[in-house]
Amino acid sequence: MKITLAPEDEAFRTELAAYIEAECDGGARERVRRGQPLEKADQVNWHRKLARKGWSCPHWPVEVGGCDWTPVRHWLFEAECGEACCPPPIPFGPEMVAPVLWTFGTNEQKARHLPGILAGDVWWAQGYSEPGAGSDLASLSTRARREGDRYIVNGTKTWTTLAHWADWIFVLVRTSSEGRKQQGITFLLVDMKTPGISLTPIITMEGGHEVNQVVFDDVAVPVANRIDEENRGWTVAKFLLSYERFNMAGIPEARRQLRRLKAIAHDQGLMDDIRFRARLADAAIQVQTLEATMLRLLGKASAGTDPGDEASYIKIRGTEIDQLLTELAMEAVGPYVLPFVPQAGEAGRNEEAPGPDYAAPVAPAYFNTRKVTIYGGSNEIQRNIIAKQVLGLTGGRAHV
Amino acid sequence: MFDFEADEGQRLLGESVQRFVERDYGFAVRQEAVASEEGWRREVWRRFAELGWLAVGLPQALGGFGGARETAVLMESFGRALVVEPWLASVAMASRAVALAGDAARKEELLAPAMRGETLLALAWAEPASRYDLAHVATRAERLAGGGWRLRGRKGLVLNGAAADRLVVTARIAGATTEKEGIALFVADPAAEGVAVQGYATNDGGRAAEVVFDGAALDEGAMLGEADGFAAIEEVMDRAAAAVCAESLGLMAALNEMTFDYARTRRQFDQAIAGFQALQHRMVDMFVALEESRSLVAVATGDVDSADGDERRRAVSAMKVQCDKAGRKVGQEAIQLHGGIAMTDDYAAGHYFKRLSVIARLFGDLDWHLERYATLAL
Repeated sequence: MKITLAPEDEAFRTELAAYIEAECDGGARERVRRGQPLEKADQVNWHRKLARKGWSCPHWPVEVGGCDWTPVRHWLFEAECGEACCPPPIPFGPEMVAPVLWTFGTNEQKARHLPGILAGDVWWAQGYSEPGAGSDLASLSTRARREGDRYIVNGTKTWTTLAHWADWIFVLVRTSSEGRKQQGITFLLVDMKTPGISLTPIITMEGGHEVNQVVFDDVAVPVANRIDEENRGWTVAKFLLSYERFNMAGIPEARRQLRRLKAIAHDQGLMDDIRFRARLADAAIQVQTLEATMLRLLGKASAGTDPGDEASYIKIRGTEIDQLLTELAMEAVGPYVLPFVPQAGEAGRNEEAPGPDYAAPVAPAYFNTRKVTIYGGSNEIQRNIIAKQVLGLTGGRAHV
Repeated sequence: MFDFEADEGQRLLGESVQRFVERDYGFAVRQEAVASEEGWRREVWRRFAELGWLAVGLPQALGGFGGARETAVLMESFGRALVVEPWLASVAMASRAVALAGDAARKEELLAPAMRGETLLALAWAEPASRYDLAHVATRAERLAGGGWRLRGRKGLVLNGAAADRLVVTARIAGATTEKEGIALFVADPAAEGVAVQGYATNDGGRAAEVVFDGAALDEGAMLGEADGFAAIEEVMDRAAAAVCAESLGLMAALNEMTFDYARTRRQFDQAIAGFQALQHRMVDMFVALEESRSLVAVATGDVDSADGDERRRAVSAMKVQCDKAGRKVGQEAIQLHGGIAMTDDYAAGHYFKRLSVIARLFGDLDWHLERYATLAL
């Protein structure tokens, strides 16, 4: 799978490679290479460096700060950054709330929020899930009651990823109990410094802290921070969930995982084991196939065809492959997955771990990766979407 | 634009073959052809010639055009309609072998009439014990003192062997049975003395033959060029594997369409069975299996034409693994989700399933390609 590059793309690649070498922090790149968790600064610093070149949010519309690139250029940019182990793009602001802002936001909201995301000055979090609203998101019960030009928000959001780094959070709140449950939802932007917001870390089974519970206790939010009209939040939320920018983010990480896996397998003498070789080859082909799918969807997008809901299967396959690779790494390491090395995944650990130096992060990664088929709309929900929206599979109970 | 996106010529070729199979290649007509004595239709073959399809993938100097991508375009549509005419056997395999191994004069002599649809070629490379090992050639060509060759050995699974006017045969001129060196390609007349052709029907509605050379005498010019015979057949096998991967896209697309349509209309428990989540998710996985195969074939087929042999091998092995897995899933699930109706010989699904099941055993199976991929890519 080679992509022929036009001379101007070749020149861009050279410029980008030089910029990465000069400006992307070596420690951060090493953490990405090893598959260790990143610090906030790793991601923010690289985002800001990219912003200086106008490349921090290249997929945005040009009017709001994006790049007027061909699909080939987008692919090249992400592939090159991925190969060089640059910190991956920050999802919540640039990829989630920004499209909502430029699609549904007022001019004032756009002017207020987009520049901070573009520059990397404002970290966003996503306040969707609640203790009682997971896959059935529309049953959420965090309430916002109108008082003059403010909403007063009460309720609990959970699984809020990296809320402890966030400056702002976008939340779905219930503003009406009438009609269908989807009809009473409103989309609000909330400053995390607002009084009444408290945050409790949730430690996941491998020992890491990524997600949080966020409690809203009489939090006052200006009505000016509402996106679109009251009770129209479900439309906005669905737009956000279906917004696909065909990022390659999963591909470079899958390639790195594969590379780490091969190194472990060689070190463990597993490349002579015909069964393990076959499983590894199969996994490598799945990664290659996923990459081909990304390329084909990019090609479709460039031809003006919107892949839309069809792209849900990227989430399904990307996460299945992610889990497959972390599981194969467990298999490759073998019994030395046993030692629990506190903060094995964290940057800057310095005590000597028992076993081979690549062993310690493998089990935590496998444990942690169980989440990927659950979050972002579980894979079962993705299959429901494809069945109904793409394949038109319904029971049609009403008519014969 | 990405390299793998179809160019104008490929798009037109695709439209033309799709139009043909939709208009003139219904399932009932196909079944009639399968049941006929020869197993396929000469008049369809003449149409192929008129439409220029017998020139696809062959040398430009002789009026041929296109490569692996054009082959894939044809094969995908052939798969959709379960085409049984021996395009793969005659054009993609036997003619291609001649194009790779023959000198200019032999190419002209053999390929020009084949491209006009006047003669049919078949490739006799496999042997009863060779499985997927192309170097396993026990058939021997012995140099005769007065010039010419004498051929002894048994070839198996010669696709379209019984209808062929000329056989392209691998035989050993030196070395032991499994060595890559010492294999050459010969052209033999199946009607000649010492050649016995035993034709038979195959499980997927096609035709093949076992061919025994019992001291058949070939003339001096029967050997195709001086080129490395093993390299030529290895390339032909890769191209054939890539071709059936593209064909499997058409086969899977037809099965998915049939299955989803059936699920939308078949009613049980007072509703269309398409409404049952246990079935919906399985149909989604059938859809995903096809889409992923489509992606890989679209993006990797270009590498089949690469001058770098390892690049070609990697691409083909990746495609064959993906398409064999996807074809197995889609084929088996299509039957299960239909229920009993798909078990019947009158219903098309079973015939698509049979073709998918058979091509997974041709040109290297899943394990064979996984191992080759592991050797090249890990």
